[in-house]
This record gives sequence, C-alpha cells and structure tokens, in this order.
Amino acid sequence: MILSGNAVCVRGDNIDTDVLYPGSYLNTEDPQRMALFLFEGLDPKIREELVGDTVLVVDDNFGSGSSREHVPQAIRANGITCVVGKTFARIFYRNCFNLGVPAIVCPEASAAATKGSQITVDTAAGVVTVDGQAFQAKPIPPFMLDMLTAGGLVPWSRRRSA
Amino acid sequence: MPRTLAEKILLAHCDADDIAIGDLIMVRCDIVMANDVSGPVAFRAMAEMGIEKVFDPDKVIMVADHFMPAKDAVSAAQQRRLKEWSQAHGVHFYDQGRGGIEHTVMVEEGFVVPGAVVVGGDSHTCTHGALGAFGTGLGSTDIAAALAFGEFWQGVPATILVNITGEKRRFVTGKDIILAVIAQTGVAGGTDKVLEFVGPGAEALSIDERLAVANMAVEAGSETGIFPADETTRAYLEGRARTAWEPVRSDPGAEFAQTIQIDLDGLDPLIAMPHLPGNVERVADVTGKKIDQVYIGNCGNGTITDLRQAAEIFRGRTVHRDVRAIIVPASQRVYRQALDEGLLGVFVDAGLIVSTPTCGACFGGGNGVLAAGEAALTTTNRNFKGRMGSGEAEVHLANAWVAAAAAVAGEIVNPADVL
Ligand code: SF4
Repeated sequence: MILSGNAVCVRGDNIDTDVLYPGSYLNTEDPQRMALFLFEGLDPKIREELVGDTVLVVDDNFGSGSSREHVPQAIRANGITCVVGKTFARIFYRNCFNLGVPAIVCPEASAAATKGSQITVDTAAGVVTVDGQAFQAKPIPPFMLDMLTAGGLVPWSRRRSA
Repeated sequence: MPRTLAEKILLAHCDADDIAIGDLIMVRCDIVMANDVSGPVAFRAMAEMGIEKVFDPDKVIMVADHFMPAKDAVSAAQQRRLKEWSQAHGVHFYDQGRGGIEHTVMVEEGFVVPGAVVVGGDSHTCTHGALGAFGTGLGSTDIAAALAFGEFWQGVPATILVNITGEKRRFVTGKDIILAVIAQTGVAGGTDKVLEFVGPGAEALSIDERLAVANMAVEAGSETGIFPADETTRAYLEGRARTAWEPVRSDPGAEFAQTIQIDLDGLDPLIAMPHLPGNVERVADVTGKKIDQVYIGNCGNGTITDLRQAAEIFRGRTVHRDVRAIIVPASQRVYRQALDEGLLGVFVDAGLIVSTPTCGACFGGGNGVLAAGEAALTTTNRNFKGRMGSGEAEVHLANAWVAAAAAVAGEIVNPADVL
C-alpha cells in the first residue's frame, strides 16, 4: 500500500488526545462532526493546513492519554492519509491502524520532514520517502499489514464474518 | 519456561500454544465495556461490520457516566442511544442513578475477577489490574470487533516489576505510590509493557488503594498495571464475584524488562504539577500555590477510602472562601455508604458541592470545568492542558488528604498543617 501527501508538522513530545480533541466535544459519533474539532486544544489554525492529501508528522509519544477514537476519526475525516512519528502512545497507535490510517514509526523521517514536504509511505516495504530521501521505518507486523490493506478493522471484520 | 502474570493470562485467552514478547495474538475477552462516549462510536462501527448481535450479552457492560447527567441536548441523545442499543442487545446497562463511574461499577458489581481479560472503551480500563485482571483500554473500533467476536488483537507485552517495600506514613496513599512510579518511568516508559506491583508494600494495600495505583498505569504509557490476587482480593470478592476464579502469579524466575523499587518508608505525599502526570514533586516543596478549585473524585480516587480521608479534614472546618470544592462519590454504592457514615453531611457543612457519581469535570465534560487562569487541585489522573476546561487553566494531581487540605487552606499545604 502506497500512501502519500504533503507534510503537516505538529511538533512536541507527549502531545495528548485531550489537546488533540478536547473532552467537551466528545458527545458525537459522527466523523464529519469530529473533523471540525481536530487540534482544537492545541492550535485550531493547524486545520487550515489540511488541504488535499496530507501526512501528519509528529515527535515522541504522540497521542498519549485517552482512548478517544475521535482523534484518529477526525484525522481520517480531514484527509490525512497516515501519521509519521518518532514514537506513539499505545491506544492511539492501534486506533490509527484500525481506521486504516497507519501510524508509521520512523524517527529519521520525522526529523527530516518540514512543512509541505512531499511524503510517500510504502507500508509493505516499510519505507518512508521525504522529498526524495528514503528512510527505513519500523516494520509493520503481517497481521496489521493485512488489516491495513483490507482498509482497517471494519472491512477486515466484515471479511471475517462473511 | 517461567512466565509473567500478564503472559499467563494472555496465554490462557488465546489459541496459540506458546507466546513470546512482541507476538501479535487474538485475545479472548471475559468482559467488554463501553460508555456514552465510546459506545455509540463502537455501535456505528459494529453496524458497518455487518454484525447484528454481540458475541455474548452477559459479558457486555454499558455504563452511562461521562456526560451524565446530560449537559445538553446532544449529550442527552447520546445517552438515549446508549440505553436503546443496550436494551436491544440485552446487555448489562447502568443508567443514571443506577451505577456510577464505569470502572468502579464493574469492580463493585463483581464482573472483574483475577485472571480475567477485561477490555473497555476507556483508557483507564487498566484500573481492573487492582483485582489481578488484565484490564486494558481500547478505541471504539476495537470495541466494535470485541462486541462482535469477543476478541481483540494484542501484542504480548513485557513486564516492569514494581517492588514496593516498607510502610506507608500518614497522609501517604496509593496515589502517591503510582505518582512515584510514573516519576521514575516517565509518561512513555511503560509503552508496550505491563506494570506488576509486588512486595510487602503492595500486599498491605487495600483494594481501594490498589484501584488508585492500577488506575494510573496508563499514565506511564502501560497496557495495564496488575496486582497478583491475594487474601485481600479473595476477601473482597467473597460473595461478590460473578464467576469462579483462580489466583495467578508470575512464575519464579520469570523475566522482567526492568525492576522499579518503591520504598514507602521514605515516601512523602506527592503532586503532579501542570501539565503532565509525570511532572511529580513533593507536596512539601510546592506549598503556598493558590488554588481556585478542589475536585475529589474519579475512577481511581472517588472511593469510600478517599471520602473518609477528605471527611477527616473537613470535619469541623470549612472550605476557604476563595475556593470552590466539589466531591464526587465514584458510584451510587459509595454515595450510599458515605450517606450512611455521615460523611455527606460533613461535606455539606464544610461548604462543598456534593455531586452525583459522574465523570463530569474529570475530563472537562461538565459539572465544574475550569476558567482560564484558574488553578485546580484534584484527585483525578490527568492534568493535560485543557483536560478540565480551559487550556489556560492549571491542574495539579494529588491524594484526597492533600486535596481536602488545599480546599481548607486555599493553597497547596501539607495535610499535617491543617489537621
Ligand atoms: S472518572 Fe475521569 S478518568 Fe475515570 S473514566 Fe471518568 S473521565 Fe475517565
């Protein structure tokens, strides 16, 4: 699976899901509505950078805290194709794969990217390309790759129950 | 091969004959829980999966607790959605006035037993490690699959052993133990790992204090935090557990990724300063800081033990005139017990707001959120920017003694200076 987009960089370690999507907006199950509040507690202006296909570039322990899936749901609904970071918090990491928007662990690519960088991710090969420069990412285990290729845990489950 | 407690639980809940750290396995769940925030998102995903029935209604629990009582019409619609779905699927449902905060309810109602796998659409599902279960938080799509198939995918985690020795001094609680652990691991040091709490200091803790400790395992980034079941666990579950259980322990010689020592003899009341749970200081080192709101409650520290500690401080004293103080029993049962013990009267006389059991302001949902520029001292588990309202507010995390003392003094103080 090849994913690509222009880099939108959200820098800083331990960025938590409370600032990414504050609690008071959690009373919805509609991803289109969730999309409106992404980054609300951090800097709502970041949403203006989300034009066309984008790749979110982050630092260490991104997405820590709450299990709220509203964050990756809003990420997907805003046209972000994948997240490239140094490390991720566990539940956020799983949520991303479950929704078909993989969280790619690649510290070098994260460091190399700047705002607007052209990023391509080859999930099977585990290679992240930033403005033509290739970096090796942490390999994605076969099960997660299979789920990702299916489009996430929902289509994977549909296949399972068929 | 000797195995850790977490490995033994996971091995007993999967089809693999053998497991090693890092393996991805499908794990069977004994309990699947969601709330008014995570539930409706999961119901939508389950419908998209084309699944109409849950795998086992008796193993599914829905709790209305986050925006309860509903803060607005949108939240009220979410509550109704949770209720209607629960009734349609015949699962356990705890409505307003019937349960309380999900983790407290699940423990009190006997759903959680040692060796069980408990998943919840809430990151603090790690709380159930207090009873020796593998409790872990998942997002809503994971919960949808767990509701459908009774399984979730999981990497086999390594374990960090937390060896607790010595004896707690006065005004030191489970909260201080877990803050001391997070001070050592940092907020990401437990990622892909489980915390296991052992040693005489761990064995001496009551279930309420174990709940407070296990509750914040996720603040170290961990999958869960587990206490091996012992006599205290057995006594608590007597006449309460809904299923039979066997105690599980790590094998002698099991390998741990790291060992952390916590010496209670040298532990003082601690406090997590804004805006990170790992930003831990001794209370004694940060006294004098003015506080606008005190909040005593949440899934880790809204127990009868916390309420009794607070009452000891508030009896015969009043909340400082510049402070708003809110106390939130974690469940209807805790509420009732506090009523029977006369604690609620103490709080009302002291000038606190006594709230119905709810998550409420703990996650900034309602019932006492903060304004810009305000400082709060709470017994909750997260002090991220904006967690309890304005992003310009400051949240400090500490135990119930410290919180109650601050409410009386109007600033951070040592509880010994108030009592
Ligand atoms: S009390 Fe707070 S931390 Fe606990 S489940 Fe509710 S919102 Fe989450």
